[in-house]
Amino acid sequence: MSTITPEIVAEHGLNEEEYARILNALGREPNINELGIFSVMWSEHCSYKSSRRHLATLPTEAPWVICGPGENAGVIDIGDGQTAIFKMESHNHPSYIEPYQGAATGVGGILRDVFTMGARPVANLNALRFGSPDHPKTRHLLSGVVAGIGGYGNCVGIATVAGQTDFDPAYDGNILVNAMTVGTADADKVFYSAAAGMGNPVVYVGSKTGRDGIHGATMASAEFDDDSEEKRPTVQVGDPFTEKLLIEACLELMAGDSIVAIQDMGAAGLTSSSVEMASKGEVGIELNLDEVPQREENMTPYEMMLSESQERMLMVLEPGREEEAHAIFRKWDLDFAVIGKVTDTNHLTLLHGGEVVGDIPIGPLVDDAPNYDRPHDVKPAAIAAERPDVPAPTELGATLHQMMGSPNLSSRRWIWEQYDHQVMGDTVVLPGGDAGVVRVHGTDKALASVTDCTPRYCYADPVEGGKQAVAETYRNISAVGATPLAITNCLNFGNPEKPEIMGQFVGCIQGMGEACKALDYPVVSGNVSLYNETNGIAILPTPVIGGVGLMQDYKKLVRIALQNDGDSIYILGDTGGHLYQSIYAKVIQDIHVGPAPRVDLAQEKAHSAFVRGQIEDGTLTACHDVADGGTLVALAEMAMAGGKGITLDHEGDHGFWFGEDQGRYILVTSNGAALEAAASEANLSLTKLGRVGGDSLLGQSIDGLKQANEDWMPGYMAAV
Amino acid sequence: MKAKVHVTLKSGVLDPQGKAIQHTLSSLGFGGVNDVRQGKFIELDLEETNEDAARAALTDMCEKLLANTVIENYDIELIA
Amino acid sequence: MKSAVIVFPGSNCDRDVAVALEKIAGNRPHMVWHGETDLPEVDLVVLPGGFSFGDYLRSGAMAGRSPIMKEVITRAHKGKPTLGICNGFQVLTETGLLPGALMRNAGLNFVCRDVTLKVEHANSAFTNAYTNGDEIRIPVAHHDGNYFADDDTLKALEDNAQVAFRYKDNPNGSQNDIAGIYNESRSVLGLMPHPERAIGAELGSTDGIKMFESLMASL
Repeated sequence: MSTITPEIVAEHGLNEEEYARILNALGREPNINELGIFSVMWSEHCSYKSSRRHLATLPTEAPWVICGPGENAGVIDIGDGQTAIFKMESHNHPSYIEPYQGAATGVGGILRDVFTMGARPVANLNALRFGSPDHPKTRHLLSGVVAGIGGYGNCVGIATVAGQTDFDPAYDGNILVNAMTVGTADADKVFYSAAAGMGNPVVYVGSKTGRDGIHGATMASAEFDDDSEEKRPTVQVGDPFTEKLLIEACLELMAGDSIVAIQDMGAAGLTSSSVEMASKGEVGIELNLDEVPQREENMTPYEMMLSESQERMLMVLEPGREEEAHAIFRKWDLDFAVIGKVTDTNHLTLLHGGEVVGDIPIGPLVDDAPNYDRPHDVKPAAIAAERPDVPAPTELGATLHQMMGSPNLSSRRWIWEQYDHQVMGDTVVLPGGDAGVVRVHGTDKALASVTDCTPRYCYADPVEGGKQAVAETYRNISAVGATPLAITNCLNFGNPEKPEIMGQFVGCIQGMGEACKALDYPVVSGNVSLYNETNGIAILPTPVIGGVGLMQDYKKLVRIALQNDGDSIYILGDTGGHLYQSIYAKVIQDIHVGPAPRVDLAQEKAHSAFVRGQIEDGTLTACHDVADGGTLVALAEMAMAGGKGITLDHEGDHGFWFGEDQGRYILVTSNGAALEAAASEANLSLTKLGRVGGDSLLGQSIDGLKQANEDWMPGYMAAV
Repeated sequence: MKAKVHVTLKSGVLDPQGKAIQHTLSSLGFGGVNDVRQGKFIELDLEETNEDAARAALTDMCEKLLANTVIENYDIELIA
Repeated sequence: MKSAVIVFPGSNCDRDVAVALEKIAGNRPHMVWHGETDLPEVDLVVLPGGFSFGDYLRSGAMAGRSPIMKEVITRAHKGKPTLGICNGFQVLTETGLLPGALMRNAGLNFVCRDVTLKVEHANSAFTNAYTNGDEIRIPVAHHDGNYFADDDTLKALEDNAQVAFRYKDNPNGSQNDIAGIYNESRSVLGLMPHPERAIGAELGSTDGIKMFESLMASL
């Protein structure tokens, strides 16, 4: 047997204390296969060892939540015996090393999480962060990531309906690629991962196993250094065609009743899937590795257990149903192999060449995983005591023009035109709106979904930033007329072993928790990505929120585009003129200090209810939340989308027009009196800004604004 | 017997990928690249041991699937 | 009108076109798996969009050699109306039912957007509800939509009035701005844009409806 040296332990990313736990769990020295299994199961990526205790504080329940965190994805009730199933996940490190494949396999992985639970995926979303546009790698990374997301999602045939892309030098060495999938399933056809039934067959389906991505999960949990480019071989290659077949084959099998449990093989492949299934079911699993379909020759047990080859699933079937299941997978030309069985040993037992090559008690492997309470220092980032006032621009209109053509406010059309956003024929709000909206197929219902986060706020004030990320998704979903129901998240941070980074994490979680609680908007699934640091420089704290909401009748939805000349334009919510951390302060005045805007959660709830009520009543002709860039930017976006001008009759200073106070919406109506009366009755602040008409805004032609807004990204990407 | 099949675009057919490669090469400082044409390279492991029979089979494969002769040429290389 | 939609592994607009056929023609089409060799008696065969066989090797190449295609080709040669949308158009050129080939977009990127098409020749079972010269908005979504044919073929297409649709603002580099073509007898139509995605105002356009209405009235 192999001897495990301290060097081998260190190479597996385990510290001395963790190795001691392994010795204790086994009561003996592990062999190399067992060590590999412990190392991936106890990696940050799989064990959430730095984050677990904090995630546990998040609200996860509501009457409409069917399944919260812990399964492959979260499940919510959307009425009529139907559910929405969704999750978001990061693929940051692989995408930095190989942007096309990293992003593509990120999409593939999140799709599997959702269809594993019985859902047909109906919408893909993403949240992307890149370094400064001036950084030499940014163009290459952006074009590769976008092509990878499109290449995978388009081929599989799932519409990519919304997303977020930002640039900031903090991501120069660590880009973020977060992918989200939303699916729908009948409530009586939701599948879970708990294995059950002694002797039931454990079945492997999908692609063959190769040596791809061995140690990907541990790589995703390690800080980068300049040698990371050498790690290329551990990046997996995606096969969206096989994924498409896998979706169809799984859904076909799921229509029957032969599946006891099912789990996708994501990070740490066969290891995490079999351990999860055994652990959830409180049973043992015995795997005969000789039966694993293999793409390469002479694969060792270690390689098979740690491979991250894509497009694979593990299932437990009802006894005697193998042939029926096999026939479906044969039709779809996918591998199907019985590779083991459920046991009553509560051990993961591995056989290879007739020998036992691993035998681990599941309990300790899962329950003894490290669970750290890392020191954390929660406080707003150092805000200069002396901070300058944010000066006024010389000319509002020209400043608006400049902002609309700036990297972080410019149109993302260059990106989303590379994604098929209409396949499946149910997309009723296209990218570029407040939220992507897809009909629930064959019904009048629709799901609105969105991803959001404002990392500069999170950096300035983690608690407010965490609240704001949740609140902004809530607002975006409300702005189309949907009722926000639940969120998933993807929490991207630096090295948690540093108290200030851990403090950002803990602060953001606190803020998110407060918001979810106040808004009745629980967390049903999520993912944590730590160690996003290169050479000691961390990313901005980026807790991306993916929100999902429901509309009963899609025909009532409103979009951001201005519809009719003469319509009155209002802003709902008070504007205090908060310019610190605004796009205006950063882009126009180069001022980066100061506090983040505060989020009033009670007001968020009241405003959302009011907006949804007005949309339901048919009072609004257009609606848009006020976010990055403030009121004037929101107005410009609505004008550009509708190809109509705006005449303003409200006087305001630059704080009014560019401030980023939270909780506000632009409401447009043909019936100003009705809207004013409703707001007055609800005791909400509603201010008339002007009316729709003409072909300009503040002297800037809408065509000119649109050109500035549309031209930046294609021009940037075309330059070399 | 192993075979290599090269599938290339016919001359006169625009090759946008080749053009993009040429453009990028020149932006990377590789001057003097007059033209770039991108093609496909397919490796096959055949049971057939007779060279003529293998070539005939491969020609048939190229005509029927591996190449689209509307726009592509192919070239077969046999390795005993 | 009875119709059949051929489903290849990797087809992903098969449901969309079935929804459009059912919504407008009132009949649910037969969904025929590519591995079948028998095709039901129908008035129309549709090859849907998607990424048959992952678009590996060449878009439409392997689908064009699927078992069912032998019968599809036989029927098409007998004049049975056959419609290929997007990947279906690529399959039609790969089988030789339509001339030319569809190559990688000139801009190299996948492109999904609404485009304006000019209806060039509306004298077919697929298009007679349109009028020559109509301008319609229909979405495209493809990576390989750049139509290529040699000069003689192009000339023949133009001389025989086989160009069904032309792009007003060419999104992919197609020769002569070709978005869709007929065979010589106008019983086969292939086009890159997706009429099945333009069948409702909520989806952004209703301009695809007339294609299905044409078929309904003609067949």
